[in-house]
Amino acid sequence: MPMTITEKILAAHAGLESVRPGEIVNAKLDLVVCHEVTTPPAVAMLKKLGITKVWDPTKILVTPDHFVPNKDIQSAELTKSLRQWREEQGIERYYELGNHGICHALAPEQGHVHPGMTIICGDSHTTTMGALGAFASGVGSTDLAAGLATGELWFRVPESIRFNLEGQPPRGVYSKDIILEIIRRIGVDGARYMAMEYRGSALPYLSMEARFTITNMAIEAGGKSGIFPVDAITEAYLAERTPEKGVRYESDVDAEYAAEFFIRVDQLEPMVALPGLPSNGTSIAQAGPVKMDQVYIGSCTNGRIEDLRIAASILKGNKVAKGTRTIVVPATTTVWKQAMREGLMDIFAESGCVISTPTCGACLGGHMGVLGSDETCLSTTNRNFTGRMGHPSSKVYLASPATAAATAIAGGLADPRDYLPEDCNFTIAEQQLWGV
Amino acid sequence: MTMPTILQGCAHVYSRAHINTDEIIPARYLNVHEEAELAKHAMEDIDPDFLNKIQTGDFIVAGEDFGCGSSREHAIWALRGAGIKAVIASSYARIFFRNALNNGYLAIECPEAVARIKNGARLTLDLEAGVIHAPDSGETFTFVPLTDFAKTFLEAGGLLPYLVSRLKGGAA
Repeated sequence: MPMTITEKILAAHAGLESVRPGEIVNAKLDLVVCHEVTTPPAVAMLKKLGITKVWDPTKILVTPDHFVPNKDIQSAELTKSLRQWREEQGIERYYELGNHGICHALAPEQGHVHPGMTIICGDSHTTTMGALGAFASGVGSTDLAAGLATGELWFRVPESIRFNLEGQPPRGVYSKDIILEIIRRIGVDGARYMAMEYRGSALPYLSMEARFTITNMAIEAGGKSGIFPVDAITEAYLAERTPEKGVRYESDVDAEYAAEFFIRVDQLEPMVALPGLPSNGTSIAQAGPVKMDQVYIGSCTNGRIEDLRIAASILKGNKVAKGTRTIVVPATTTVWKQAMREGLMDIFAESGCVISTPTCGACLGGHMGVLGSDETCLSTTNRNFTGRMGHPSSKVYLASPATAAATAIAGGLADPRDYLPEDCNFTIAEQQLWGV
Repeated sequence: MTMPTILQGCAHVYSRAHINTDEIIPARYLNVHEEAELAKHAMEDIDPDFLNKIQTGDFIVAGEDFGCGSSREHAIWALRGAGIKAVIASSYARIFFRNALNNGYLAIECPEAVARIKNGARLTLDLEAGVIHAPDSGETFTFVPLTDFAKTFLEAGGLLPYLVSRLKGGAA
């Protein structure tokens, strides 16, 4: 029976020849990722039931990320209990402050995510890790507890939607613009319960970092997972990080899809999602002028090194506008150090940005840049819901790091094409691919 | 079933689509996970007066894609802690629905009821018959039946009690 990549991964982990969308299967897990917000409740559930040991400490990764460094006494208690638990359990893959990072960026970066894996984490942006050809899905604390105890979890096999990304991204257009366009077209529930699978002639222009941004936001279309097929770009990324090659699955040519969309990447313009929902996307040109009180560059969506390079290339030699606080939050410690080595930190500091240690921080209104009443923020994060970054009357606009940097300089919504240096119109993947 | 099969309470209608978990329980309160604490802020960013309006046993009636956004199970705990016995929505976001099942919490899908039920209406949920009665208007709505899979979890009281009973060789 023809199957999609996602169906093949789930079938293999459920010990079945084949699976069909809608079927409920029990799948073995290869990796469970834990952070301090949703893991302590899961641990408490297990303790209450008298389950004292996780199924396999070598298949668990732990990092505190949401409210670190601890923002208050309650969050200090959460990270403390996470730390104690991982010690009790002897979990070696632990990334304490100083090595920590936002888990969805950290796990692939450190070589723990391989093609063909099944991965869960008590966090909706777990979908990020699917960019490496894995099945990765966000779950709640009860699922997390079940996964930690048994190494298995129930899944309803999702239908897949196929997105054909076609053409070369024009200057000033990045993967964030692609995913904002997709969500604009299908809506915040357009892929509800489904796997979002990416294909097409644009893929050679999308680095792994760019792909992570796209799979990261699968949940913003209601998706269960996002997945890219494994190619030379995936393999090069893995080779730098791990001897593991994983298992490479490909969708059969006659696999069934619930829907198919064609995205003309070569015709896209820089996008911005207006406040309220990630599906409120529009081109920058149509959005009109909006003054920004804050610009936030970071998160599991857009806090990787390529994102910081793009932002720095625009900010270099410029100053952040008066009245627009600009906050840069590298997603992981490795990204932070790399940005330091490459001189990006100097560029950010000289232009008037502040730089934070890795944290989910203000993306979810935690700390490090929470918004006050009626304030506006252009953010490279993933959600612009009411009150997401602070006061319920504050307004969040979502866009790419390039648009964020241009907006920081202009003091209000700005088109990155007006600010990009001439030599900055290629993605990193493309530079590698074409030897630019 | 461990839960009663007839539930009675009042409807609190929030008919908008895409009510997200940041509205059900804002992230600024996620530094705790006790139900009673979370309950103090349930629905705060969509209706600051929510807690004054509800009584234990009441229902939330909502539009499409209820519970979209973050995976936080705290959304279920906040509603349950506040005394909301079930949500009746036109449809649910994936993780919220999954979390509800795993907690043995009732997330009823019934677009017809959502379209007709007035705010404050008294409702009777008959889980065995799969219907919602609105005695004030005399209407009855049939909701999308719970799957056997969902019923198994509801009867066990959630995913973890189900797993424990299975490990002990109890319910299959």
